Amino acid sequence: MPANRFNGFTDYGVGIGLRIPHYQHIFEQKPVVDWFEIISENYMVDGGRPLYILDQILDQYRVVQHGVSLYLGSAERLNREHLRRLKDLVRRTKTPWLTDHLCWGSVDGRYTHDLLPMPYTFEAARVTAEKIRQVQDFLEIPIAVENVSSYAEFHISEMTEWEFLVEVVEQADCGILLDVNNIYVSSRNHGYDALEYVNSIPAERVAQIHIAGHSKFQKYTLDTHDHPVIEPVWQLYNRAIERCGSTATLLEWDDNIPSFEEVHREALKANRFLDQQHESAGLRPIAEVVSQSGAIR
Amino acid sequence: MSSQLLQLQRRMATAVMEPLTRYESTRKVRRDGVDMASEASEFIKPNISLTSLERLEIYNRQYWFRLYSSLEEDFPGLLAVLGRRTFERVMRCYLDTYPSTSFTLRDLGSKLRMYLSSHEELIGSKGKIALDVASLEWAHIEAYDAATFPAPEPEYFAGITDDSFLRLQPSVRLLELAYPVDDLLISIRQSIGSSDTSSNNASVIRKSSTIRRVGKISSTTLWLAVHRQEFAVYYKRLRLEEYRMLCAIQAGLPLGKVFETAFQGSTMDEASQAELLQEAFHQWAVLGWLCAPE
Ligand SMILES: [Fe+2]
Repeated sequence: MPANRFNGFTDYGVGIGLRIPHYQHIFEQKPVVDWFEIISENYMVDGGRPLYILDQILDQYRVVQHGVSLYLGSAERLNREHLRRLKDLVRRTKTPWLTDHLCWGSVDGRYTHDLLPMPYTFEAARVTAEKIRQVQDFLEIPIAVENVSSYAEFHISEMTEWEFLVEVVEQADCGILLDVNNIYVSSRNHGYDALEYVNSIPAERVAQIHIAGHSKFQKYTLDTHDHPVIEPVWQLYNRAIERCGSTATLLEWDDNIPSFEEVHREALKANRFLDQQHESAGLRPIAEVVSQSGAIR
Repeated sequence: MSSQLLQLQRRMATAVMEPLTRYESTRKVRRDGVDMASEASEFIKPNISLTSLERLEIYNRQYWFRLYSSLEEDFPGLLAVLGRRTFERVMRCYLDTYPSTSFTLRDLGSKLRMYLSSHEELIGSKGKIALDVASLEWAHIEAYDAATFPAPEPEYFAGITDDSFLRLQPSVRLLELAYPVDDLLISIRQSIGSSDTSSNNASVIRKSSTIRRVGKISSTTLWLAVHRQEFAVYYKRLRLEEYRMLCAIQAGLPLGKVFETAFQGSTMDEASQAELLQEAFHQWAVLGWLCAPE
């Protein structure tokens, strides 16, 4: 199940997020990296350095687009200008699939620039699924939606978060970007069983997995992407891989960003689970395949 | 559409966008008199360790932290001129009047110059300098990622008449300033790096940069082109005639009118005028500022 229709039938291995502090290292050292995830919004511009850098990366690496502002769960209509720019970028990057969050963030044309949690209602699922379908139709590539970290729940919710996720992706017939760190963070904040969440996901729809670090406070856990991945999150990852098979995996590190090597090393820890999965499926370890084929196109 | 989803989102957004207190916490009473704790408890569930209001506060703080740090990153010069306290007060008022209406934080400061010019009482004695700095910093943002169009073919220049048109690259922005804030901004920008939108992770603390102190700046009229070379943004001081011509080109006037505007009220003799024209157009062509008409 690693390659499926929700990730364009690709098998991308372990990637990291493309971040400005690493540009110099990447261009000078040309490290072998399975793939980079880019934040679409950083490149939805008319010209200049962002697109120049992106084109250089595209010359040598595989890139997948990850967005932060489609707000598929906002009650308002999709922003046409946004979609047009996104499609231009999709043509440029040839991303095999595209991800954004299962959340909302704008209302009446005002943007909060945050990934706000959904009320888990049937109405919200229907509205969100309809918008995902519109985006898929317009962009003509598979969309996978990511579960977000959240700090609040609403009284009007009619189901659990994972039931809502399933409801949306099945109505929209789209993929899932399963963020196991977000599941962990939200499970701490809302007191549910993270494993039950992972076990409830339709595994055949998982296009990609996110791993990341977070920060714990006395009363809540914050999704800060500024630490290594903790063991309980690796265990959730392990379970996800057991269920989904070897799946494109990406480490997010967005604050207090260490050296490229350190981030990449942390990401590659995922291989210990992926390799096990390959072995049990009678396949060669992914590290071996990468070193033979070279990840650089 | 008046769905339950829309109603909830309106309610939550109003609460999230409500300005914080001086101590960066959620207000007890909203400015319209609504009690925030009872409002939050009406739509947010509490949990064993946090009340509804405390859960709302996480989002309320993240909203302001994220927007403040975006503006701080885009307007380091304005921050230096105003100082942190005034800068933050101004930004709070600005965002309260003009919340973001774009999917990208890049556009967050697009109305700031206009807002400041109609609220000079907020910026006090440094008002005029602040206006110039805000203009320059927004022009910088626009020049940085504007499109580039092909330059005119050399033959186009050969056949040029008074009725011909040229276009200015969108990455060239023109400014008339009352203070030489270009030097100020160059030194401020040299001391800071740049960053990009991360994947919307939360921040534990507000990210603040250290602020440069700004000395006294004397007023002197300045005409400036903010432009891009090799993907970096530069500031180039212009002669008044050059500024006028570039503005006229940008406004889409035919070249005859462009030349006429340049020397309005000028005492320059014709030979000097011709020399200036030749020199200016040559330089603009070398810098890649001109593009062929559509
Ligand atoms: Fe994520």
